[in-house]
Amino acid sequence: MDFMVFQYPMITVQACLDGILLGVLFALIAYGMALQWGVMNIINIAQGDLVILGGYIAYFMYLYGIHPAWGVIVAPIIMFFVGVGIYKLVINKVVDRDLFISILATFGISILFMQLMNFAFGADVVLANSGYGTTFLFDNNVVLPNSKIFSAVVSIVFAICLVIYMKKSKLGRAIRATAQNARAAKILGVDTEKVYAATFGINAALCGVAGALISITFTIHPYMGLPYTIRSFMIVIVAGLGNLPGVAMSGMGLGVFEEFADYILGTEFRIGAVFLLLVLILVYRRFKLSRKREYLK
Amino acid sequence: MNKNLILYAAILVFGIAAPFIFPAFKVQLSILCVLIVLALTWNIQGGEMGYNTFGNILFYGLGMYLCASVQVGMFFPLAEWTESGGEKTFVHTPVQFFQGMAVGLVVAAVVPTIVAGLIGYAILGLRGHYFAICTLGLGVAAGEISGGIEIIGAGQGFTTPPFPDVGGLEARGEFFYLLSFGALVLTFIAVRAIYSTRFKLILNAIRDNEDKAEAMGIQTMKYKIIGWMISAFFCGLAGGIMGGLVGYIDSTDVAFDGREMGVFMVLMAILGGKGTLWGPVIGATVFHIFKEGFWTFFLGWQYVALGVLIVVIVIYFPEGIMGWLREKYPERFGEVVDEADRKAQVELK
Repeated sequence: MDFMVFQYPMITVQACLDGILLGVLFALIAYGMALQWGVMNIINIAQGDLVILGGYIAYFMYLYGIHPAWGVIVAPIIMFFVGVGIYKLVINKVVDRDLFISILATFGISILFMQLMNFAFGADVVLANSGYGTTFLFDNNVVLPNSKIFSAVVSIVFAICLVIYMKKSKLGRAIRATAQNARAAKILGVDTEKVYAATFGINAALCGVAGALISITFTIHPYMGLPYTIRSFMIVIVAGLGNLPGVAMSGMGLGVFEEFADYILGTEFRIGAVFLLLVLILVYRRFKLSRKREYLK
Repeated sequence: MNKNLILYAAILVFGIAAPFIFPAFKVQLSILCVLIVLALTWNIQGGEMGYNTFGNILFYGLGMYLCASVQVGMFFPLAEWTESGGEKTFVHTPVQFFQGMAVGLVVAAVVPTIVAGLIGYAILGLRGHYFAICTLGLGVAAGEISGGIEIIGAGQGFTTPPFPDVGGLEARGEFFYLLSFGALVLTFIAVRAIYSTRFKLILNAIRDNEDKAEAMGIQTMKYKIIGWMISAFFCGLAGGIMGGLVGYIDSTDVAFDGREMGVFMVLMAILGGKGTLWGPVIGATVFHIFKEGFWTFFLGWQYVALGVLIVVIVIYFPEGIMGWLREKYPERFGEVVDEADRKAQVELK
């Protein structure tokens, strides 16, 4: 235990800023999660592995001498097709079925991806160096890598673009209609199969963007996928489906929580703290709901 | 009934004789027994109660750590044991080893049961996928946290006491086989006894419609917790045995191994057929034979094969072997089939 946080207020500022910049990324992943959950009613355990795959795309561009920031453009394009491929192979068979089937099937995909990435890219922790330098604030007490600021800005831009796209475009309208009532949308001539494929593709593309940004800002490793899935799941259940400001806020909240857990409990308990927080949130939610049920009685 | 008794007796005799008939496969057979125990206990939640848990691995890992810690801690300082990393500074005498194992297994079974009872009220109130994800989180959190605790070896792992010098490797294999087979028999008898009581009907009622079951005056929460405690008891026992068998405990790769054992137990129960008594047994056996038979061909690619296997089983074979048999020969399962109805169905196809 380290109580530096309470002795030096600047560490608090540092943790908050780090957490918010990290949380924006989480919110981007969670937005994809909410999208597919709302539209197709599936929970995708492989979400985190899609993120890591996107990260490796950016990392490979970095290895071949291209600036990894271009990964933000390239990764979503590749990932869109990966997502559509996964949809055609597996997801379209689990859409109408029990949620647990989708959890288990995507768990299988997650294990598959984890191992394939381990073969293809090796089990090392890697990082695509963007060379953006660092910003110093408050008399050099707070250190912010520019890459973190870059990633937060890019994810906000992507999120805004996506929201506008969903509001204005024809496909966006079809997706929203399918989310509201798939049968009615079908009757009115929406090709729901295509909408589902597009939704999963968009989700994968979002994961690609987030992954590319994570490979620039933090590190990636083939087995780091599951925590991202859990984080996005947690953000979605805290915010609720279709509540975009809520997703952004709870994403940032989670980021700040993680930074503080890192400082106070130590880095080795960071992931454990995230998973415990998930359990606590779900249990809290359960007691809140049961109180509501009693009230109804 | 009489025919059943003969069948059970034959299986029992075969089970006891198995390590002597196939001496080369003792370790594999012991692992098979543990796998069957895990599949049987998962089936209480996933199959009978309709609560698809990924969290039974929590009790398995807990039992594993507890059994080994008690076995060491009864005679030697635990911290120094893990510090030495399994070097032969402290050696158990045979009496100490077996005493420690016996006490350790009791602790490994009882403590997870209490833990299940304590967290049951909070966790089992969740429904459906929230429960699944929550228990997944529990399992992973336990692995991450135990990987940070110094006294049980943290990241480097924990070496369980080596088998004492009585009879060498042969005796070690036989001892652990009989232990795990005993656990299997105990579990099977317990599960079978449960399935013939009203308790099973209540679990099925919870699976089919929990709100209605509650409206009928069944205290669903009580039965859900009891069901989970039964699972936890046998999972902890299996974990304790497995820890001694493997000889080395790592927090995320052996004990709280959600990626391997945690999925295996779900997969085995589904492969065999959820909600049947024999399904998990058959599923675990088929799965283990497949795994051991083909893993060597897929050397290095086993997780890829596992991922594909999960997807294929879940999508194309969700009813499992027993479900498939049931569809094929409904008479054997005591279902009355109307001949005309069946013909009509065939014509429809």
